[in-house]
Amino acid sequence: MEKEQIKRSLEPNRTGIHKREWKNMLAGYAFISPVIIGLLVFTAIPFFYSLFLAFTDFDGLNTPQWTGVRNFVTMFTDDDKFWISLKVTFRFAIIQIPLKLGFALLVAVLLSKAVGGIGAYRIAFYIPSVLGGSVAIAMTWKILWGKEGAINSILGVFGLESVNWLKNPSTALYVLILLGVWQFGSSMLIFLAGIKEIPQTYYEAAIMDGAGAWKRFTKITLPMLSSCIFFNLVNGIIGSLQAFNSAYLITEGGPMNSTLYYGLNLYTQAFSYRKFGYASAMAWFMLVIIAFLTALVFRSSSGWVYYQDDQD
Amino acid sequence: MKKKKRILTILYHTGMILGSFVMIYPLLWLLGSSLKTNAEYYASPYSLIPQSWAFSNYAQGWKGVGRLTFTAFFKNSFLISICSTIGIVVSSTLAAFGFARIKFRTRKFWFVLMILTMCLPSQVLMIPQYSLYNKLGWVGTYLPIIVPCFTGSAFYVFMLMQFMKNIPREMDEAAIVDGCNRPALFYRIILPLIKPAMATVAVLAFMGSWSDFMGALLYLNKPAMYPVSYAIKLFGDENGTNYGPMFAMSFCSLIPVLVLFFVFQKSLVEGISTTGVKG
Repeated sequence: MEKEQIKRSLEPNRTGIHKREWKNMLAGYAFISPVIIGLLVFTAIPFFYSLFLAFTDFDGLNTPQWTGVRNFVTMFTDDDKFWISLKVTFRFAIIQIPLKLGFALLVAVLLSKAVGGIGAYRIAFYIPSVLGGSVAIAMTWKILWGKEGAINSILGVFGLESVNWLKNPSTALYVLILLGVWQFGSSMLIFLAGIKEIPQTYYEAAIMDGAGAWKRFTKITLPMLSSCIFFNLVNGIIGSLQAFNSAYLITEGGPMNSTLYYGLNLYTQAFSYRKFGYASAMAWFMLVIIAFLTALVFRSSSGWVYYQDDQD
Repeated sequence: MKKKKRILTILYHTGMILGSFVMIYPLLWLLGSSLKTNAEYYASPYSLIPQSWAFSNYAQGWKGVGRLTFTAFFKNSFLISICSTIGIVVSSTLAAFGFARIKFRTRKFWFVLMILTMCLPSQVLMIPQYSLYNKLGWVGTYLPIIVPCFTGSAFYVFMLMQFMKNIPREMDEAAIVDGCNRPALFYRIILPLIKPAMATVAVLAFMGSWSDFMGALLYLNKPAMYPVSYAIKLFGDENGTNYGPMFAMSFCSLIPVLVLFFVFQKSLVEGISTTGVKG
């Protein structure tokens, strides 16, 4: 009896689509409807509206005035801050991403070797990632590296002169980079999980063949982790180009614009100067850069990312 | 040979303990400094163990800014975070089931679209979303912070899907043959099995929402409505160089996250790990 029913429901109806398929579609849409509403109302419409605003003059109150490509022309030819913030952001990303991934990989490899006590170490290395994004930690970091902060007092113990880290244009950015690098914990966890997936037999075979520790790392661990590296790299690029919090909370972009992230510059243009159109143009330029870099990494990935089993 | 191994072990643990100490130093320093008087702080800023145990910093800090105490800010934070978490967990679980367990046309399209939004810089949406909420009259209320949570979050949908993959499909088929419809299948079979993963998502969502200050910065204009995260910024700016109460309130603001972290540590680590490896 039941079998009959199933059989019937599998037969095509007059429109050519299985009745069951319609049912599935209805059920599927019902379950994902929150996401669809979100995608349309809070993402798609703002997304296209933002593209429109990029070509207008808009203060957030009056109706946007169409100005063509003027925002982009101003941006590229007549705005020093735009170039400064772009440079700051790139410097931030280029220094922070390799350091963060390097530490994450190093500690993950070390932790994977441990016999006992790994739980406590893992907590210590991971906890900055959990708390680091909060305002409380940013404010703490600001005092820690301040003129009267702990870092300077430690330097004093060793007889070194104190440095005004956050007021010096050549050091301020590095203090913020360090705050980001300090939070390498979640990347580390992803690496650690990746290392656990590598079959132990690979290493045993390599040892039989007389491969040293460094060789085992470069010839087995690194290639087997390439998909994790890829994931962390893409995440790192997207995250650091959008950076905002640390500069807003700790340095406010200063001293002398040395920590003026692109994201902070954009925010100031929009919400301090009320140049919503111009800020939208800046946002779209950032989107293009992120898309370009991500595409570049994806493109190159076929050359260096190795997937163990594709049937999964 | 044995001796060499022992030396290596000792070296390893010394290095790891040192590394761990450097990592948690800023946190210990925050806690230690929150219990120092101002004079003691300036005498030796780097020390971790307070001599004076100045709990008065906590009492003084809790009084807050103006007439607003931290009781109010904590209430606001709990309200925002609990509502946001409920929204994220409910909508993300529903969507994850739809994407992972029901095969229907256009599913792939919506899935790819959702994943793409994860790569979309928030700055692109910030301005038009602000105008949208402004038109709706939502600016100055919690609605712009809470309502979008009820439309799911790509990251958590993806995470829940990874967990659902581990539930054998045969269970679905058996249930459907037995006359179970989709909602019943979801509610009776999948939901009980996915509860631990939902708890992980809830904890992560709560932590994220608790630490977020961007929503408050953009949409709230009355200090009485500020969550703790944003109040700390306000408090720090007002207090200047009187660090004690500032440290005390900073530490208080981290307590809910710390408690959740230590209680759910194991499943959080698992949750983070699954999103990356098989991504």
